[in-house]
Amino acid sequence: MDQIKLTIDGKAVEVPKGTTIYKAAKSLGIDIPILCYMDLKGLNIENKPGGCRICVVEVEGRRNLASSCSTDVSEGMVVKTSTIRVLNARRTVMELILSDHPKDCLTCAKSGKCDLQDMAIKLGIRNIPGQEFAEMSTYRLDTSPSIIRDMDKCIMCRRCETMCNDFQTVGALSAVNRGFMSVVAPAFEMNLEHSPCTYCGQCVAVCPTGALTEVDHTRNVIAALSDPTKTVIVQTAPAVRAALGEEFGLEPGTLVTGKMVTALRTLGFDYVFDTDFAADLTIMEEGSELLGRLGKFIAGDKDVKLPILTSCCPAWVNFFEHNFPDMKDIPSTARSPQQMFGSIAKTYFADKIGVKREDLIVVSIMPCLAKKYECQRDEFSVDGNPDVDFSISTRELGFLIKQANIQFNGLPDEDFDKPMGESTGAAVIFGTTGGVIEAAARTAYELHTGNTLTNVDFKELRGLEGIRHATIDFGGFPLKIGIAHGLGNARKLLEDIKAGRSEFHAIEIMACPGGCIGGGGQPLHHGDSTILKARAKAIYAEDESKTLRKSHENPYIIKLYEEFLGKPLSEKAHHLLHTHYFDKSKNTFSI
Amino acid sequence: MSSVKIELRKDQIEKIHEICKSFNYEGGELINVLHKCQHEFGYLPAEIQEVVAEQLKLSVAKVYGVVTFYSFFSMIPKGKFPISICTGTACYVRGAENVLAEFKKQLKIEVGETSPDGKFSLSCLRCVGACGLAPVVLVGEKTFGRVAPDGVKAILAEFEQ
Ligand code: SF4
Ligand code: SF4
Ligand code: FES
Repeated sequence: MDQIKLTIDGKAVEVPKGTTIYKAAKSLGIDIPILCYMDLKGLNIENKPGGCRICVVEVEGRRNLASSCSTDVSEGMVVKTSTIRVLNARRTVMELILSDHPKDCLTCAKSGKCDLQDMAIKLGIRNIPGQEFAEMSTYRLDTSPSIIRDMDKCIMCRRCETMCNDFQTVGALSAVNRGFMSVVAPAFEMNLEHSPCTYCGQCVAVCPTGALTEVDHTRNVIAALSDPTKTVIVQTAPAVRAALGEEFGLEPGTLVTGKMVTALRTLGFDYVFDTDFAADLTIMEEGSELLGRLGKFIAGDKDVKLPILTSCCPAWVNFFEHNFPDMKDIPSTARSPQQMFGSIAKTYFADKIGVKREDLIVVSIMPCLAKKYECQRDEFSVDGNPDVDFSISTRELGFLIKQANIQFNGLPDEDFDKPMGESTGAAVIFGTTGGVIEAAARTAYELHTGNTLTNVDFKELRGLEGIRHATIDFGGFPLKIGIAHGLGNARKLLEDIKAGRSEFHAIEIMACPGGCIGGGGQPLHHGDSTILKARAKAIYAEDESKTLRKSHENPYIIKLYEEFLGKPLSEKAHHLLHTHYFDKSKNTFSI
Repeated sequence: MSSVKIELRKDQIEKIHEICKSFNYEGGELINVLHKCQHEFGYLPAEIQEVVAEQLKLSVAKVYGVVTFYSFFSMIPKGKFPISICTGTACYVRGAENVLAEFKKQLKIEVGETSPDGKFSLSCLRCVGACGLAPVVLVGEKTFGRVAPDGVKAILAEFEQ
């Protein structure tokens, strides 16, 4: 490859042709400030609109300043990144961006985690000249079940568009209008709720400002906790324990399961349970479904629906309901662990403790924003009472703990309550891409072959590649498994199925990068794959530390079937643990 | 952007399909496709944009983004007599803004809108090259020069019958 020599701030550097000034400077340890630019290396995603001009630098021989994020280096270039002229220009750019930006930092949901605020601090902005004449943006607030769009705070960096269009291939968002009126919006500026949005939350995860945020349910949770007539129970998704620590300054990949349980108990939850319990239950149901379809297939039934697709990711469910409604009979009908938990909690468990359904409040802590929408779906409530009352994100739990003045890092480790807090290692790995199918394989293998697995680690299913595949020997039958994370990757596998090109028997899909560990409700990972890897490692470590690592060995799951459900796929199980899907492709403006 | 809700007839949908086909269903030809559609239908309601998006395999949001970016595209049918007010520099300096305000007041519509009776629509354009006549107003095919706010009523009256 051609190498280019140049100097930046007096230092000589050699980089491959096609490198931007920004990246060349970075290789020298010079961090040029950026705002709209985003480089999610681990995901191969780059957002480079060159729009904000915060990253300008001086290039000798050029009259204008150059935006370093979108200007390539050239031979003999002499670049200065911090001259007075550059610093003044950056400040002016910033003042212009801020001139029509709301000034309610004190109460903004993004405060403290806002790139725009950080930049204002970094550039030493102390006043915004001319703002008394400036016209302020006024755009209606758009509140959906999961996400709030406050376009007054949009700075048109278009990172959200890159995530939604390029990575997720959902296409819910686009820059619309021009000049002062330009915003990022769904088609016809409809509300997000009426767009093909899946609520994956990846746009929220990258928005540098308070323009896109999650719907905050912490107040509802606090209200429930302080209501003496209610019994309030909580479930925590597997990915939360591998990331919550980051909200308190701990290294990515620090497992905080025990501290999290203690914190939840301190907050006043009556029972601290684990979504992992329901993940084990999911495996019993989904695994049995897989075996059922597989059995028919091996027996020569040509009509059997294969591959079976996992159904635990609500953003993925929304995606196929919108984009592939003609294939809605191939995903597993198993509800997600969040919903299985709620359903069992408000029947079996409520009965056990003698509390009426209406007096039992189920809160879930999720790495996910789509879960907020999922728990509000009509099919997951009984007479208007939802199975899961409130779903809050890992970030929201962080806020709750801070508000309650709990010194998280110093907390002792405690255990989940019984019975719905007991889980196996198979359930923990639900939090990462490949985990659900590995957990299913562990159980399905033993049920199918009648043999005991000597090694439960299916390492061939792990990793961060966007699309992966592996073949597992299922007692002589080669079971072909496909895995995708990110909806763009999922789309590819689905197009293959549609075209009859797919050779898989089972496919796992998660909407977010890395699976739930990179969910839209997690501490912001900025696409840094080292953070995602660290979280995945923590998840696998927790799996390994468990004595029980196969879902069907969870004693409380066995008991649940004995006392209440009968057996997997029984009528009762169908009623409480399975669902059906809808055609949402027509849910747009006109057609 | 405001818009009206319509239902496309089968032959209209086929016409859009035909236009998309003539551009090889290339996403990169979106602007040209929209141009042709607007020429054919007079405007680009949401329903047309949805068909175009589906044919070119683009998101509807993207198509809408392009439609709203170029002021040439319109989502509402033009009035029987489209009114265009030049707001180029010369016209602007000579009071085009007040003329525009008067039209808005008389017709009770905003720029980009059409009067409820479908008679007049209002738009602005940049320099028509008749700066000597500034401020210039075009109504349908007819040009009016040196328009003052108090002359607006008379202009409208001319087209009222
Ligand atoms: S939540 Fe996901 S699907 Fe919805 S707009 Fe954001 S990125 Fe797109
Ligand atoms: S909503 Fe956020 S991410 Fe999207 S363009 Fe605006 S500021 Fe950028
Ligand atoms: S960061 Fe380079 S233009 Fe925005």
